[in-house]
Amino acid sequence: MEKTIITVVGKDTVGIIARVCTYLAKEQINILDISQTIVDGYFNMMMVTDTSGCAKGMKELSDEMKALGEEIGVVIRCQHEDIFQMMHRI
Amino acid sequence: MINIFEVSETNQMIEQENLDVRTITMGISLLDCIDDNLENVRNRVYDKITRMARDLVKTGEDISAEYGIPIVNKRISITPAALVGGAACKSPEDFVLLAQTLDQAAKEVGVNFIGGYSALVSKGMTKADEFLIRSIPQALAATDRVCSSVNLGSTKTGINMDAVRLMGDIVLETAKATADKDSLGCAKLVVFCNAPDDNPFMAGAFHGVTEADAIINVGVSGPGVVKHALTQVRDANFEVLCETIKKTAFKITRVGQLVAREAARRLDIPFGIIDLSLAPTPAVGDSVAEILEEIGLEMAGAPGTTAALAMLNDQVKKGGIMASSYVGGLSGAFIPVSEDQGMIDAVNAGALTLEKLEAMTCVCSVGLDMIAIPGDTKATTIAGLIADEMAIGMVNQKTTAVRVIPVIGKGVGETVEFGGLLGYAPIMPVNTFGCERFVNRGGRIPAPVHSFKN
Repeated sequence: MEKTIITVVGKDTVGIIARVCTYLAKEQINILDISQTIVDGYFNMMMVTDTSGCAKGMKELSDEMKALGEEIGVVIRCQHEDIFQMMHRI
Repeated sequence: MINIFEVSETNQMIEQENLDVRTITMGISLLDCIDDNLENVRNRVYDKITRMARDLVKTGEDISAEYGIPIVNKRISITPAALVGGAACKSPEDFVLLAQTLDQAAKEVGVNFIGGYSALVSKGMTKADEFLIRSIPQALAATDRVCSSVNLGSTKTGINMDAVRLMGDIVLETAKATADKDSLGCAKLVVFCNAPDDNPFMAGAFHGVTEADAIINVGVSGPGVVKHALTQVRDANFEVLCETIKKTAFKITRVGQLVAREAARRLDIPFGIIDLSLAPTPAVGDSVAEILEEIGLEMAGAPGTTAALAMLNDQVKKGGIMASSYVGGLSGAFIPVSEDQGMIDAVNAGALTLEKLEAMTCVCSVGLDMIAIPGDTKATTIAGLIADEMAIGMVNQKTTAVRVIPVIGKGVGETVEFGGLLGYAPIMPVNTFGCERFVNRGGRIPAPVHSFKN
């Protein structure tokens, strides 16, 4: 399993999750976990996804999600899970 | 499973606190390029560097994109050039040709610096070492990306004072040879005592002769992250302070370890070491001086600075060592003046002097770094500065270095701009009392006794 962490941060608006999930479904990316909070009107979401079914490379995926974020007006980051595991788990 | 708070913490470090991996440095042995014909050496050196490092920059960029962590520099270090060119180069001019080959190879593979235009002369100089040293001013003027370093002493051998004296001249000549660029050449020239073989940071990186054919070394950074963490424990006692620094250093280093392992795997080159240095940049908030201020000093240079820095340096190592299997290089807080906005401010405010910086180098890596001094400083005075710093390294069994820039045509009170990561610096006054008779004596300072440590 290729775990990728997707984070979405930005001003809250209608349909953020829908747009992101539609894209993920199109790319055959399975969502394993979602957590989401709103802090001071700012939308903050983290998804743990499995990208092993996705045909696209990490760089391409990352660029496309970034572009999607710009369209919606939020910042979307797409990072390999290892960076978080390394930093926060001994 | 990783939770949203941990993810946010990491991303905040990257986006707001300037967390980055400062450099992936590929060490390449050029010992197999040695020949007595200079053309052959140049061809082999060019071929080997461009072959080994062909994918270095791209790999760095790929890793950066996948993990979302900036990797600022991709660099190369090579076997000390005095050894590589020793059999072929019959004059300083020959060595300049070799430097130009290194520069071309660096440009071809797209790295921003190549280090290892170096000579190791801690006890004595061979003819080749001396040719290389004498070629440094021209070599640095004729190239853009070549960095040069000279090891002048060690705890085991003492200090080669002949070489120290010579380097006083060479630093000044390098300044003159690059006077049209505010003596920028001196920013790419550093002298060491106890130089490490596996340092990934410029200008002092070289690939030691005890190393494998090729190796990946990684330098991490993150003064901004440490500073931010310390703002959360303002006015807490030293125990809490130390714990916070250690935990933060652990997290920073783990990112370096991940990047190093991944780069080594993708390039199929063994992983060497992680260098646990807090390396500042001129960016606001990415400053070691600001950490010292957060610890409780009005400005870097105030009484207490040396103690605060000693504590900071030690805690960074304690946290970092647990995060990586192999730690090496310089591993400590850097205190370059021109590359650290807080240090620049402290100098401008009159809080930080050259003498205080010298004291600070006793407790942290790496030495008098990126300090602009008046262009009319005498070569013997520069040699004296170097000798002092070498002595600190020799006696304390640590690496020390000197990278001072005598800015030709400028004096105290003026500012010099180097641009980019090298930053800008106010020109600092140097003690003008002479040391000619001392540095002109010739010979060596013997190695110190390793007992009776007081």
